[in-house]
Amino acid sequence: MSQEAVLHPEIEPAESPLTPESWGKLGMWIFLAADAMSFGALLAGYGALRYGSTDWPHPSSVLGVGLTAFMTFLLICSSVTMVLALAGIQRGDMTGLRKFLALTILGGVSFLGMQAFEWTHLIREGLGLTSNPWGASLFGTTFFIITGFHGAHVTGGVIYLSCYLIRSLLGGLTQRHANEIEIAALYWHFVDLVWILVFTFVYLL
Amino acid sequence: MAQVHKQPNYIAIFWWLLALTILEIGVIFTPLARVLIAILLVGLALSKASLVAMYLMHLKFELRTLGLIAITPLLLCVLLVFALLPDLSGTPHHTGGTSASPAESSSP
Repeated sequence: MSQEAVLHPEIEPAESPLTPESWGKLGMWIFLAADAMSFGALLAGYGALRYGSTDWPHPSSVLGVGLTAFMTFLLICSSVTMVLALAGIQRGDMTGLRKFLALTILGGVSFLGMQAFEWTHLIREGLGLTSNPWGASLFGTTFFIITGFHGAHVTGGVIYLSCYLIRSLLGGLTQRHANEIEIAALYWHFVDLVWILVFTFVYLL
Repeated sequence: MAQVHKQPNYIAIFWWLLALTILEIGVIFTPLARVLIAILLVGLALSKASLVAMYLMHLKFELRTLGLIAITPLLLCVLLVFALLPDLSGTPHHTGGTSASPAESSSP
């Protein structure tokens, strides 16, 4: 950090060219692009293994599509509550921010609870990282790694949003911090976007 | 300073996402060819993902260069699928399921 920046910490060194609101938003977009490549590589690997296998079970007949469709619905609802929370802080409505942020966290926690229920049910039926009673063992490997990686992202998002909810309850958030909530919202919507693809490729196709 | 743009109708986006999800569930039960079902499902999933990115993540209201950054992973993943094609062109293999088929278990 330069001496000038140390003397005047309130002044940003320069405006981000792509996201004039803040450098943090650009940083989040770059992080999400990199993270999308991780998910993309996992899904491409899943496709390659499945295409090359002769005994891959049909996912919709083995996995519970009804439950995961409801989980998808929950994440879509939580994305909408997230944008409503952002709209709340942008117009200075802190009660609205807290209410919709809490609903978003509740959606995320419910999603994780249902995923834990689904995993427990499948593990009891014999599906594991190296075992699958319905055919190719790699079906279990790819299923747990892809849904687990996504579940870890949801867990991270719940913790991330909970920090903002606590900060807001302690009075540490004002309309000036709308940009920080926008950055957190970007992460949450990304988690929803990825689930839309995971739901299609792992459960429906 | 936050960029000022007209807020999209988030409730309308919600209904669109819900309708597309119901359509996806419906598609898997239709008596169509597997390839056609796959094309429909991928199309519906990409439509839903685009709605989330454009309206909920506000990409529609950002600079085009940011959109290019966002779309790059998708392009790289398509490239990765093509890179994996040589591996896929070989003979399909048995990937080691725990349950053996009757034909395999009775073979000498």
